[in-house]
Amino acid sequence: MKNGIYILLALALASCKPAEVANTATDAPAGQTIQINGAGATFPYPIYSKWFDEYGKSHTNVRINYQSIGSGGGIKQLSAQTVFFGATDGPMTDEQLKAAPGPIMHFPTVLGAVVPIYNVEGLEQTLRFTGPLLADVYLGKITKWNDRAIAAVNPGVKLPATDIVVVHRSDGSGTTYIWCDYLSKVSPEYQQKVGVATSVNWPAGVGAKGNEGVAGLVRQTPGAIGYVELIYASHNNILFGSVQNKAGEHVNATLQSVTTAAAGVAVPDDFRVSITNADGKDAYPISSFTWILLYQNPSDKERARIMVDFMKWALTDGQKFAPELGYAPLPQPVVEKEMAALGRIAL
Amino acid sequence: MKRGDDRGFRLATGAVAGLVLLIVAGIAFELTRQSWLSIGKFGLSFWTTKVWDPVSGEFGALPFIWGTLYSSVLALALATPIALGIAIFITELSPRWLRQPLSYLTELLAAIPSIVYGLWGIFVLVPIVRKIEIALGAKPALGVGMMAAALILAIMVIPFTSSVAREILKNVPSTQREAAYALGSTRWEAIKVAMSYGKSGIFGAVMLGFGRALGETMAVTMVIGNSPRVSLSLYAPQYTMAAVIANEFTEAADELYLHALIEIGLLLFIITIIINGLSRLLIWRMKNV
Repeated sequence: MKNGIYILLALALASCKPAEVANTATDAPAGQTIQINGAGATFPYPIYSKWFDEYGKSHTNVRINYQSIGSGGGIKQLSAQTVFFGATDGPMTDEQLKAAPGPIMHFPTVLGAVVPIYNVEGLEQTLRFTGPLLADVYLGKITKWNDRAIAAVNPGVKLPATDIVVVHRSDGSGTTYIWCDYLSKVSPEYQQKVGVATSVNWPAGVGAKGNEGVAGLVRQTPGAIGYVELIYASHNNILFGSVQNKAGEHVNATLQSVTTAAAGVAVPDDFRVSITNADGKDAYPISSFTWILLYQNPSDKERARIMVDFMKWALTDGQKFAPELGYAPLPQPVVEKEMAALGRIAL
Repeated sequence: MKRGDDRGFRLATGAVAGLVLLIVAGIAFELTRQSWLSIGKFGLSFWTTKVWDPVSGEFGALPFIWGTLYSSVLALALATPIALGIAIFITELSPRWLRQPLSYLTELLAAIPSIVYGLWGIFVLVPIVRKIEIALGAKPALGVGMMAAALILAIMVIPFTSSVAREILKNVPSTQREAAYALGSTRWEAIKVAMSYGKSGIFGAVMLGFGRALGETMAVTMVIGNSPRVSLSLYAPQYTMAAVIANEFTEAADELYLHALIEIGLLLFIITIIINGLSRLLIWRMKNV
């Protein structure tokens, strides 16, 4: 028992010492690790953690933590100022921006895309889709695989008379947002009946949780159609269809065609822009930016300086990590525009 | 031991018991406070509206309430006979050497995480259910839907109901059975006497299973099809209250949307309280008849 008390005393004394040192050293940050916390979208999590890791290697006194809790959660936590930066797959709405305690800036980091996947028995070619066709399928208006609208864009393909089973995401997701954003642009009826959000009131089909849930259900259900992130489809060797773009070309989703979509859009000064249904002959139409959110006048200048430095690195050197992880890198003009915008953050 | 210890002990346990009340009251208060916008906007119609549209901001909980109750009742109907059968076999009929392993194995079912049940559900159960549905002529045969959800819930509920029922039967005094045998009962009649002696406890065991089924989230959301609709069809994809919260909470950035989701949590809380209250009442009446 007595020994125990001595050990406790020793521990208490030992733990006092570093605390005193830390107290005197608050003015000199050298040797101290600065933590920056962020939260938001799950879609860019793999590239962000890679970036934070790589950046941390050359800046050993900085540690950036990122919680992938979903875009909605990221916006909420940033507005509540419980995190220093947020991340989202869909731009903040005007209302959300107004509700925040200070002006928030959007910075596109990389690009992603959503692809249609399907399970039609006895099919050898990849199928072609058009926007209005996909909208009608998801509205529950086209119910058979041998529908004339599908046959018209797939000449020479023998389509069975199977029922179409529509599969969508059940969990709120940026993937759903991008999918609905595109379908709403190409189909007024879809816009009016369904609309654009991370979760919507689906007129047809069944909901499955996550990319893996949708892909799993499509794989085992004959006649199913679903949508997943391009990264998920390519990493898991899932066959996906091509989609006809605004210029009338049937384009396969590739990193190149996604970056092209971003280059074909006039990016506004606040970077809140949807690039679905983009112009350009080679642009894949269901593409999107994903954004990091920062306050324009942050009170914590030290962390703000680090974050701006990190962003400049991520937008230039950091972009080379994107393709290997399945993300499409930003087009050069967007990067230049963002570098200028980073200068507007009050340091 | 000093005399004062007794009072100290009573105070300490009383405080812990009071803590439970405090926690329950705290949950009720927070759920109400954080769903205030939705309660104010929709009032009681929230219970009866079928639309769930985050885009236009129209919210009603009826399909979720329906899906939760329907799937739980179906699961209970499937699980109760099996669970009671297991309990009776273990306590009354099983050879002595088999009792321990059997009890252990049924309890092991309760230790499997629900996400594992869910994954098993997607990859094993759903394809089987789809085959059954095709054989029964269901159109479209999706596999996911109410039938898959009820089956997976039943499997998850069995260990809870059977363990408690087993303990109840074990504690029926052997004089009860002996008296039955003395009157010339067969084995089955003696078991009926034991069951009747412990019926309030067995009912409690069934209600424990029901509570488990009401709140189950992960496994159900993976197989039920997540489609808010009110339907008696076993083939139709439907939705439950816990599942919609788990699915949509993280991405709900809009105030009203968030409040509506939390109100679903409040309704689940209220429904659980009502069902628990009713079952208490039934148990109380059984004891006093």
